Amino acid sequence: MIELEGLTKRYGEKVAVNNLTFTVRPGMVTGFLGPNGAGKSTTMRMILGLDRPTAGDVRIDGKHYDQLKDPLTYIGALLEAKAWHGGRSAYNHLLCLAQSNGIPKRRVAEVLETVGLTAVARKKTKGFSMGMGQRLGIAGALLGDPRILMFDEPVNGLDPEGIHWIRNLMKSLAAQGRTVFVSSHLMSEMALTADHLVVIGQGRLLADTTMADFIERNSRSYVRIRTPQRERLLDVLHTAGITAVETGNGTLEVDGGKAEQIGELAARHGVVLHELSPQQASLEEAFMQLTAESVEYHAHSAAPPPGPQAPPPGQQAPPPGQQQWGEGWRRS
Amino acid sequence: MAATQVIRSEWTKIRSVASTVWTLSLAVVVTIALGMLISGLSANEFDNMSERDRLSFDPTFISFAGMSLGQLAMIVFGVLVVSNEYSTGMIRSSLAAVPQRGTFLFSKIAVATGLALVVGLATSFVAFFLGQAMLGEHRAALGDPGVLRAVIGGGLYMTLIAVFSMGVAAMLRSPMLSLGILMPFFFLISNILGNVSATEKLGRYLPDQAGSKIMQVVAPVGDDTPYGPWGGLGIMALWVLAALAGGYATLRKRDA
Repeated sequence: MIELEGLTKRYGEKVAVNNLTFTVRPGMVTGFLGPNGAGKSTTMRMILGLDRPTAGDVRIDGKHYDQLKDPLTYIGALLEAKAWHGGRSAYNHLLCLAQSNGIPKRRVAEVLETVGLTAVARKKTKGFSMGMGQRLGIAGALLGDPRILMFDEPVNGLDPEGIHWIRNLMKSLAAQGRTVFVSSHLMSEMALTADHLVVIGQGRLLADTTMADFIERNSRSYVRIRTPQRERLLDVLHTAGITAVETGNGTLEVDGGKAEQIGELAARHGVVLHELSPQQASLEEAFMQLTAESVEYHAHSAAPPPGPQAPPPGQQAPPPGQQQWGEGWRRS
Repeated sequence: MAATQVIRSEWTKIRSVASTVWTLSLAVVVTIALGMLISGLSANEFDNMSERDRLSFDPTFISFAGMSLGQLAMIVFGVLVVSNEYSTGMIRSSLAAVPQRGTFLFSKIAVATGLALVVGLATSFVAFFLGQAMLGEHRAALGDPGVLRAVIGGGLYMTLIAVFSMGVAAMLRSPMLSLGILMPFFFLISNILGNVSATEKLGRYLPDQAGSKIMQVVAPVGDDTPYGPWGGLGIMALWVLAALAGGYATLRKRDA
């Protein structure tokens, strides 16, 4: 378990991490999501005691990082940036880490086998590809067989097979009852692996929720319609009490899952439809909207912050120039 | 965190990178070869020397002449041992494994110092014996008064130069910056300060000039240095302690 309490990091005037409070629990994968520069890596470095918080506190199983005896056996971390000497072999890199924490030598060979680097174990790491580097970092995290694992952008640089492997690895680690905390800037990646979601933007906590909740709350379903008899259909829908929004390109959108009802209405009134398709806004779009709001809030602090919910159905699209960043999805 | 674990780990680190081997071999080869060359040249020059120069002729010190250049390789060794952690990003892995920063730094420095001491002492003895062989009839013997102290002192001097560099590198963190300051300092500035009469008295208290007193057996004529061989080494040791304290203070308060 990792507990953050009011964790804050300032670099001069710039606030990188702003009063973060949340808990990462065992037995599940917790996704740590935020756009680039949101403060994810800084938060992780503070968890490991590499960077000192300006304010607040972070504890691992109730202790500060430097109070842990042989910390690699409590928490293993893959950091975003390369964290080894390129002139040293993968084996020796892991060996020196193992020795410092009293981890038996055979464990080095085991984790090299787990990540698939046994064949290049004696090679200098400066020749490693980005994917091999990620695997070496993951080997380092697994070395102490820790109860808590932390991965900073683990799929970066991995090929599709490697991505598949790391997803399964994280799920199986969580299934064993371990705490898995993984950062990403890709919502789609999180949707596939995470059970719980912590979203930050500009260092501030934006959401701390279960993945299922987040999906339910943020995935808007609507029906997309294309018709050559636009005016006639709008009349028909209006009479039936259904509000349609024109989204340009000659398409209409109706909120909610009313495809059957609209199809029947159109048939009854003899309106020709070229398209009638139920749509689901993707999580990526929901995430972009969520973080875009935090961006806008900071950029135009004179304007009132927009509410957390999408605008109500049927609301006029704001004039160009005042649109929120990331809002384009509603017209696509 | 058991210090023995960290020391074992640091030994693995130091023996598994090429820079350890090439810096230390360079220190050994340059110190011995240059010492032999200068010893040979001095033996030939002896007959042309003035009476004054003959009186202060110090065969032991001459055989250590290579150290002026060999110490630069020791400086590179000391700087790289510490600053490699920062330039490669290894420091993040290291401090995640050993969050007690003092334990981490001083285990690393202890291992590197031990290695530098072994290499330094071996170099000093070899440089002495081969240098004396080149000096022929003007040679000194290990049993002569003060000679054994000077030879052991030569090894200590090389070790302390390396440790001083480790402390400076821990303060500055960048290998280029550390070398950019240490190399010209020991190769040029210290010599200039020591040879200009206005700054000569100040120059005596610089780490290399104070420390090298331990390698002198015959004092130059009219020498008025206010400290003896061990006093000089003590001054050098104070510089080393100051550098280490600065390095530790930097590591403790800064983000990795």
